[in-house]
Amino acid sequence: MVPVFKAKEDKIMKKIINHPSQVVDEMLKGMLYAHSDFLEGIDETRVIIEKDKQPTVGLVSGGGSGHEPAHAGFVGEGMLRAAVLGEMFTSPTPDQILEAIKASDTGHGVLLIVKNYTGDVMNFDMAKEMAEMEDIQVASVLVDDDIAVEDSTYTAGKRGVAGTVLVHKILGHFAHEGMALNDLKSLGDALVTDIHTLGVALSGATVPEVGKPGFHLGESEMEYGVGIHGEPGYRRDTLKPSREIAKELTGKLMSEIMTKKTKKIGLLVNGLGATPLQELYVFYNDVIEELAKYDVEIVFNKIGDFMTSIDMTGLSLTVIRLDDDKRTVALEAPVGVLNW
Amino acid sequence: MELTGDKAKAWLLNFEAKIQEHKAYLSDLDQAIGDGDHGSNMARGTEAVKVNLEKIAEPETAEVLKQAAMALISKVGGASGPLYGSAFMQMAKTAKETTDIHELIEAGLEGIKHRGKADVGDKTMVDTWAPVVEALAKDALTNEAITQAVDATKPLKAKKGRASYVGERSIGALDPGAVSSGYLFTALVEEVLQ
Ligand SMILES: Nc1ncnc2c1ncn2[C@@H]1O[C@H](COP(=O)(O)OP(=O)(O)OP(=O)(O)O)[C@@H](O)[C@H]1O
Ligand SMILES: [Mg+2]
Repeated sequence: MVPVFKAKEDKIMKKIINHPSQVVDEMLKGMLYAHSDFLEGIDETRVIIEKDKQPTVGLVSGGGSGHEPAHAGFVGEGMLRAAVLGEMFTSPTPDQILEAIKASDTGHGVLLIVKNYTGDVMNFDMAKEMAEMEDIQVASVLVDDDIAVEDSTYTAGKRGVAGTVLVHKILGHFAHEGMALNDLKSLGDALVTDIHTLGVALSGATVPEVGKPGFHLGESEMEYGVGIHGEPGYRRDTLKPSREIAKELTGKLMSEIMTKKTKKIGLLVNGLGATPLQELYVFYNDVIEELAKYDVEIVFNKIGDFMTSIDMTGLSLTVIRLDDDKRTVALEAPVGVLNW
Repeated sequence: MELTGDKAKAWLLNFEAKIQEHKAYLSDLDQAIGDGDHGSNMARGTEAVKVNLEKIAEPETAEVLKQAAMALISKVGGASGPLYGSAFMQMAKTAKETTDIHELIEAGLEGIKHRGKADVGDKTMVDTWAPVVEALAKDALTNEAITQAVDATKPLKAKKGRASYVGERSIGALDPGAVSSGYLFTALVEEVLQ
């Protein structure tokens, strides 16, 4: 069979796949073949879980597929215990999340880390209720770091995007150290208020089963504030040099973070799937020069693909407040996962 | 009017057929103001409902509704999975007390509202369910009444779910969940009320 798929409008989608509907399952099988030394699956589910479970609170996260390495790439010692993979860009279902919760509990309870999207919130809530009926202690932390969206009663609220990975890392470290479920929950609730993200896109992502990009940008256009599924941002503009993009994103993120008299910050430059690493570094260079305007110390950074949007071209910048050194220690602690 | 087990099964099989028929349309509606997956989400879910229901030889109302709920919860995903799932779960619970159609659908609406926290006017499936419940109370549910409720979501600005991200741009578009719920109730009219 010729591996091309006719999309609507007769455009050809070029992807190295076998069939659009098989992508999630085949990717999952591939991951398990490659990393069976420390990861395993749960039969008849799309859950990836660490083999060696410490007697601590288990962190469970997940969401739609298409954000690789999130979330399966962060399963392992010191980070997540399990990840639940949904259909492409669609939240996983409660029964699957429930299986992940049951398999992750060692009697110390399970903490769910959920990105703020209506679908994810409701499916994880249902799973939480089902797990409680089976007498498993469950708490959840909701991440809503995307400041492109206004947080009001007229929207579903701010979205959860790349900053989620920092929550995985920090809470994962404290869980590994033996912190109790309630304390992890309070720590997490406070943490998410100190993480802010903004993304830009140069092109939309193509969900294999849809066959065409989720949105269309003109040849010389870009969009500020897009979400990780291609949700609309706050402005379309002509493509700007990296320096100007850095100036805009840094300005908005810093005005958010400086409301708390912040002295120390960490930065995450995240590729959205089809942006070369070299561009991420060009952008990081501009961010650092831009930050010279502010009286802050940069005590942590990460540059790479962490929370992608299939093949979207673009990046996001996350700023996290690190005045509390314990957070920095947690970010820097070694972990046994694939993609940190 | 009562919802017998046989009628419940026929109703949901008809719903499945309508969803499969309009799968692409539902996804197109969702593409305009959401992420374009509502048709495939519902097609996957109702297909599973059909599989579950075809196994039941002697349908009993509560069991039919519960099987539908389980299939929808475990197969739809997205926002509509837990919403339709909660609706059918509440209906299944209520069916143990009464099989009156109005009371059942009203319980379903409560399930949706409890899960999604949406109100009438937020441009969601609630905008189909609420007028349907009112019409059923007066024994006056017709296809026209359903179409009217669905069409009334057009001028609304979305305040819940994915569509709320496009804000003003959602005005003028039908809500995909309201449309799929429309099919649910046209199927009810065809199989049970007529
Ligand atoms: N809070 C809510 N209450 C009631 N109905 C809602 C709510 N949020 C969304 N909906 C309904 O769900 C429909 C969208 O369902 P769909 O299957 O497309 O899930 P989704 O929003 O794309 O989920 P996901 O974000 O996980 O992909 C909307 O058209 C609307 O009718
Ligand atoms: Mg959708």
